[in-house]
Amino acid sequence: MAAPGTQRAVLRARDLCKVYRTGEVEVHALRGVDLELWPAEMVVLLGPSGSGKSTLLNILGGLDSASSGEAWFEDHDLTRQDDRDLTRYRREHVGFVFQFYNLISSLTALENVALVTEIATRPMEPEAALRLVGLGERLHHFPAQLSGGEQQRVAIARAIAKQPDVLLCDEPTGALDSQTGVLVLEAIERIHRELGTTTVLITHNAVIADMADRVLVLGDGCIQKERRNPQRRPARELAW
Amino acid sequence: MKLHPLDRKLLRDLWRLRGQVLAIGLVIASGVGLLVMSLTSLEALRDTSAAYYERYRFADVFAQVKRAPESLASRIAAIEGVQSVETRVVRSAVLDVGGFDEPVMGQLVSVPENGEPLLNRLALRAGRYPQAGKPDEVILSEPFALAHKLGPGDHLRAIMSGRWRSLVVVGVALSPEYVYTMGPGALMPDDLRYGVLWMGRETLQAAYDLDGAFNDVSASLLRGANPEQVVDEMDRLLDRYGSHGAYVRADQASNWFLSNEIDQLETMARFLPTVFLAVAAFLTNMVVARLVAVERPEIGLLKAFGYANSAIAWHYVKLVLAIGAVGTLLGWFFGYWLGLYSTTMYADFYRFPFLLFRPNAGPFLLAAAASVGAALLGAIGAVRRAAALSPAAAMQPPAPPLFRRNRLFMPRLFERLDQPTRIVLRQTSRWPLRSLVTSFGIAMSVAVLIVSMQWLDAIHRIVDVYFLQAQGQDVTVGLVEARSSAAVGELARMPGVLAVEPMRTVAAKLRSGPRVVRDAVQGVPARQALYRVYDAQGAALDLPPEGLVISTVLAERLAVKPGDSITVEVLEGRRPVLEIPVAATFETYIGRPAYIDIDALNRAMHEPPSVTAVHLRVDPLFATRLYRELKQMPQVSAVNLKSAAVTTFNETLAKTMLIYVGFFIVFSATLACGVTYNAARIALAERARELATMRVLGFSRREVEYILIGEIGLLTFVALPLGAGIGWLLARWLVRAFETELYRVPFVVEPSTFGWAVLGGFLATLASVLLVRRRLDRLDLIAVLKTRE
Repeated sequence: MAAPGTQRAVLRARDLCKVYRTGEVEVHALRGVDLELWPAEMVVLLGPSGSGKSTLLNILGGLDSASSGEAWFEDHDLTRQDDRDLTRYRREHVGFVFQFYNLISSLTALENVALVTEIATRPMEPEAALRLVGLGERLHHFPAQLSGGEQQRVAIARAIAKQPDVLLCDEPTGALDSQTGVLVLEAIERIHRELGTTTVLITHNAVIADMADRVLVLGDGCIQKERRNPQRRPARELAW
Repeated sequence: MKLHPLDRKLLRDLWRLRGQVLAIGLVIASGVGLLVMSLTSLEALRDTSAAYYERYRFADVFAQVKRAPESLASRIAAIEGVQSVETRVVRSAVLDVGGFDEPVMGQLVSVPENGEPLLNRLALRAGRYPQAGKPDEVILSEPFALAHKLGPGDHLRAIMSGRWRSLVVVGVALSPEYVYTMGPGALMPDDLRYGVLWMGRETLQAAYDLDGAFNDVSASLLRGANPEQVVDEMDRLLDRYGSHGAYVRADQASNWFLSNEIDQLETMARFLPTVFLAVAAFLTNMVVARLVAVERPEIGLLKAFGYANSAIAWHYVKLVLAIGAVGTLLGWFFGYWLGLYSTTMYADFYRFPFLLFRPNAGPFLLAAAASVGAALLGAIGAVRRAAALSPAAAMQPPAPPLFRRNRLFMPRLFERLDQPTRIVLRQTSRWPLRSLVTSFGIAMSVAVLIVSMQWLDAIHRIVDVYFLQAQGQDVTVGLVEARSSAAVGELARMPGVLAVEPMRTVAAKLRSGPRVVRDAVQGVPARQALYRVYDAQGAALDLPPEGLVISTVLAERLAVKPGDSITVEVLEGRRPVLEIPVAATFETYIGRPAYIDIDALNRAMHEPPSVTAVHLRVDPLFATRLYRELKQMPQVSAVNLKSAAVTTFNETLAKTMLIYVGFFIVFSATLACGVTYNAARIALAERARELATMRVLGFSRREVEYILIGEIGLLTFVALPLGAGIGWLLARWLVRAFETELYRVPFVVEPSTFGWAVLGGFLATLASVLLVRRRLDRLDLIAVLKTRE
């Protein structure tokens, strides 16, 4: 892991604000977030629901736009990019993993991964990506033929097969039991170790925070606390 | 009033689905509109003609004779079942209308000088009846008067018994007898070149040497009388006065055309709305099935709260009823307007003095019942599924669809496809029935287009075969009565005449066993140069030296085949009864002609060579001079110009048929849009999550559109040739259904028609896909991903 200051941040946010307007109600999802994510760092965003962590992740991933402030990927200001640029940013640099897997039901595990490698600039082999998440034996299964944990691992393989600069995981274990959840976290951990991808993991489960280099606690749209784990706990030791 | 929450939900669902509701509504509206239009104009045509016939005392039985004494009228009146009898003098004459070079033919019909006729009364549109003692007064038929801009006070001339007479117009009228006014040998009404003139009875009697006599009689019948019996009795009385045979109203030319039109409208009322309502049923099924699938959790929740299955079913039935109501109301509106429009057009074409367009509730209720019934029928499966869901199962998300790898369909090729294409192929093959039905819906719109445009191809073919190929003459000159063949030589020497060909038409009753047809036998040269006997395939036929060559329609009517004999009871001259073998049959588009070698006919008639008409080929430079001279010839009863016939044929069809074709093009576009819009909206709704996922994964809008458009495109790709095939079959069927004795529409579908229809289907698909694409652009990526499927 690189130390802050010796390298340029992969993602940076300055005074990032996001206001949603639904009818007459204004919801301040983010109220001035400052943040830097360093190469090969694993960061957990911790916070209760409604604390703004998903909004932050969506803006950093180029899925949503900020109301004010700046968000930078290397030297690109994400807040100034149009839809086409953001699409290219997601395609080339970002891997996403969601709570509900979001696999394409009509494609097999291998094909779900190939969906991404076909449009990526420096992809790995889809089979290799699936082997990394321990699914080398289930390449030709459709989502309906896989368990929840397996589906989530396919989603992880799909996210990392393009060899992204950042891997953004939004409650990846939220829909899984603890045992399966650990398997999924192990997959994320292994990817991080072997590929050195900057990884952001959102969870409201404090136990998971122990596997990160750094933990950011969000509340009320602000980063309320930041802590650095002296030592990362391996995912297989986690339980909840 | 407080709405039940479920009804509130219903209203919001309708509003949310408004695009799809409208698309289905429009398809239903097309069906309802067509049905209402056909039924109301059918009703209006029937009511109007019935009322017209009744009010103006259109006769029930008709007969023409050469000359019969007036005393015979009372004997006809004495026939059992006859109510009243009107005798008349009816002759044809060449007219001369100022400023119009071409010969004009007129039918001169007598009217009493002392009051209105008993039968076949005139609907006076202007002026008055001719007065006694004013032999030059005449009433013109309104279409003819309008075509020549003539009115009371204007003059025209007519050759009567070889002498030019100057006539003064005193009135303009319509008659139930001439609803459809067509000159002899013409195919379509030509108001410029043929008109009816009513003149005083005494004038015509004097001019044609028929004092104390008549040559035309019509009779009305008492209620319950047997017309056939009256016809037989009349024939018995009139036989020796040169009758061509009495006939009933159904065989009267004008009425016959009108009935043909009514029959065709009926065929249309049965066929087209059925197509639209069937498609509407399918669309309703698609939308309601999708809605039930989406609302599974809500259905489960409602049931958990204690709503009965019937309440759930009723909720969705109400949705369907609402969709049906939207379509029905729109359709009523369209239908009323179209019905009024088409009836007005008919009234204009057929010349009714008044129009009874008072649609009663019947057609509207029938159309509503049919459309709502079709929509309910379409939705019944989905509604039952909703009612049958168990609450616990309903609240669980449905199991993800299980796809299978394709092992049968060219696996090697499949392996080479990119993932988006695989998605498209697997989605369409996962629900093959639904895909097929969607394709079928698009195919039907292509088929309707083909069926509509086929008429134009058919007409071109008729014009091509009937006029351009078969008829080599420019002018056909009809003679007042059979003349010796010297008349042919006389005409051949006229200015500009390049070639002549004789023809002899003999009125006859053709009999085979109990079957009788009153028709003409046409004698033409064995090998014709000008007026050729052509079959529907476009081959010229040479006539054998003996025997009849008859149209297949006539052969069917008489149930004869080549080799059989027909009894020909000639109704003129010495009235011989002949046994003539059928030498051959041939297909025709128009009429039911019977041909025979003119020499054989003359021999059979035991008469020297005679002709009743002569076909001429004319040098156009001399045409005007020729027409002028023809007008001076007393023995000429008709002059038909081929070019004029082609022009009126085309103009008449342009006025009527093209407008309908235009309507049908709009309707089939509605059909295609309705199907594809719904299919695309549902595909979008079902794929929204996957499409959003792909956007998140870095696929551009265009790449994601490919999946949606690819699916509809694939279905359309299958639909277009399918539609061409169905259209071909339907057109063939419809052409048969539209067959009448008057004409058989040839079954021709030109390659260009297939091309236009396929293009039309394609454009309609494209339009609805573009509409749906806008929604794809507005896809909310985050919301879609956050929710559980």
